[in-house]
Amino acid sequence: MLELVTFSLLNGVVYGLLLFMLSSGLTLIWSMMGVLNFAHASMFMLGAYFSYQIAKYIGFWPALLVAPLLVGVLGALVERYGLRRVHRYGHVAEILFTFGLAYLIAEIVVMLWGRNPIENKVPAVIDFPAFVLFGTRYPFYKVLMMAISVSMFAFLYIAFKRTRVGLVIQASLTHPRMVSALGHDVPRIFVLVFGVGSALAGLAGVIGGFALLTEPNMAAALGPIVFVVVVVGGLGSIPGALIASMLIGIVQTFAVALDYSLLDLFSALGVAVSPQASLRDVYSIRIAQAAPLIPYLLLVLMLLLRPRGLLGTRET
Amino acid sequence: MSANQAASAAGVDLDAGSSALRTAAPWIVAAVALVLLPHLPGLQSSGARSLLSQMGIAAVFALSYNLLLGQTGLLSFGHAVYFGVGGFAAIHFMRAVNAGLGVPMPLVPLVGAAAGLAFGLVFGALTTRRSGVVFALISLGVGELIHAAAGMLQGISGGEGGITANRALGPHPFGLDFASQLQVYYIVAFWTLLAALLMVGFTHTPAGRMCNAVRDNPERASFVGYSTQGVRFIVFSVAAMFAGLAGGLHAINYEIVGVDALGAARSGSVLLMVYIGGEGQFLGAIVGAIVITWLQVSLSDYTTAWQLYLGLFFMAIVLYAPGGLTGLMMMHVPIARTRAFAGVLRSYAIAAFPALASLAGVVVLLEMNYRLSTQPEAGSRMKILGALVDTATPWPWLIAGMLAVIGWLLFRRTRPLVDAAWQRARDERAAQGSKPAS
Repeated sequence: MLELVTFSLLNGVVYGLLLFMLSSGLTLIWSMMGVLNFAHASMFMLGAYFSYQIAKYIGFWPALLVAPLLVGVLGALVERYGLRRVHRYGHVAEILFTFGLAYLIAEIVVMLWGRNPIENKVPAVIDFPAFVLFGTRYPFYKVLMMAISVSMFAFLYIAFKRTRVGLVIQASLTHPRMVSALGHDVPRIFVLVFGVGSALAGLAGVIGGFALLTEPNMAAALGPIVFVVVVVGGLGSIPGALIASMLIGIVQTFAVALDYSLLDLFSALGVAVSPQASLRDVYSIRIAQAAPLIPYLLLVLMLLLRPRGLLGTRET
Repeated sequence: MSANQAASAAGVDLDAGSSALRTAAPWIVAAVALVLLPHLPGLQSSGARSLLSQMGIAAVFALSYNLLLGQTGLLSFGHAVYFGVGGFAAIHFMRAVNAGLGVPMPLVPLVGAAAGLAFGLVFGALTTRRSGVVFALISLGVGELIHAAAGMLQGISGGEGGITANRALGPHPFGLDFASQLQVYYIVAFWTLLAALLMVGFTHTPAGRMCNAVRDNPERASFVGYSTQGVRFIVFSVAAMFAGLAGGLHAINYEIVGVDALGAARSGSVLLMVYIGGEGQFLGAIVGAIVITWLQVSLSDYTTAWQLYLGLFFMAIVLYAPGGLTGLMMMHVPIARTRAFAGVLRSYAIAAFPALASLAGVVVLLEMNYRLSTQPEAGSRMKILGALVDTATPWPWLIAGMLAVIGWLLFRRTRPLVDAAWQRARDERAAQGSKPAS
């Protein structure tokens, strides 16, 4: 039991930190520009594919640096030449632009790397056990993932609170007109935030590509969950994104580990359910099966009950 | 237009009759066209009639989505939930008919509509409390929620395999057995026309008008005394009902409904239809439904890359023509009567040459890439646009790349030509406008 709890907790934290890497960039983009960026998870996917391709030629460690930079540049270009163009048509057009972009990126990935998952194996340089727990070797790359994610949080938090650029970004979140009136180039800040946010997603992709299946559908599978994290954490709040990521990561990992259903509960209580009972379908759903539902349930409840999220300062 | 205004200024009963005829005329034409369509040469095969049926179903679904996005400004990422719920209700009802329930098949879509409405009332009450981006997100969450839940409830959704029924098994009124695609087409056509009529009617009711007010200026609408939430709730429920109707038609047409009927992909595709067709325009949703269904069915016969082309098409509309296809058409209405319009068309024809050349280059590049990555086993020789090429040699890549780049550069050079032609047409139109109307 202790073993199960420890490993579920550990895996939950790893998954949560992965979600954080994705959601930190998204929450900044969203809160500043009001754009629900559907292509954010696509940047994550591109990070995974780019690093796979680059690592083939120059090895893993340089790829860890180059792939996120490439994705960041791509993100900046998307903002400068795509989003800014549709901005004048309103928010719906902006959302649709990112929606179409996500669709397009998935198809381009299919075109370049095929429809099947690629063999994105953990490279040999980081494929060794970090420590042994309950007789199970814990892989080093997961520890590396945690380290990168935690340092990302520290970097963002300090850059946000302590540097001049961070202060301007913070001000742009709440008072974009005033910031612009004070002579700061708000559109340029947008390009910067979009580029950095995309680069962070790309970095998450390099690391997360090993933990998840690297395939053209990965963006579509992960995208909605990142939205959930941002909403639950609170718009524009980096600590909020961290807490929400951990919450969802851990809850989902534990739910997967719990193989019980209402039927088990009934039989434990001595209540017999006949096989013809009309709700038997519902009773026999295992918690593990229902795990994918949890984030969306959380999203809907949060938006209805507390729209500003856990640590948000203003409504979504 | 001006004749109509002049007549209404005269304001006599005679005019009321002619204006009623004016409103009814397009519907009568549409009804006649729908009756004749499957008998036109080229459309008599079962496949073509099936395509027409799919277009009708897509049109009802897109029109219902247009009530949300176009009329009320509600961007939903989960509208397929109501389509799928209607589909499942209808397919289960069809099974009951198969088992002996005495209801003829053409009435089955009503069951779908009722299920859509019921779900719309429940989820509408939850989700329409907010508008804008929050509404979009809640709709996304509800969509994922229902999709995942449906996958779990095997007894209702049939899991991976879906639920099947037989539309030919049941009462046969007037000797109709509903087995042939032609009879299915007429069921779809009837409900499509009726649904379109009802939805247009809805937009003309006070509630429909309030939807536009809530879209354009929610603050003012609430100051006037309307509950913006109430208006959103009403339109959401109505839209869900018509989406359920479309789902019911889907059940009759395919005789199978699976979990994909309420998935995110279908929600996304109806959004594509309405936006590409032109949001806000009633005709836009229909045009979008027809064009996208046609692309989905026909283009996929020619190329495996059709989804990429669809995505590029969508992005081109978002970036360059936010009014959609009908927006592009409407743009030309004011200048269509001018003499300079011929010049505009001529400038289009000139611009079309480099544009098509560039497009051909891009298509060849994409097709070669797709072949290499998705079917490496098929070898390096392939046929594109009627030409046999060998992707192992650099020549097709070089020629296609040059075609794409040079075509694009030349196309950009034609821009002043088009602008000048437009300016002449606008000038002529302005000169006409300053003269007293004849």
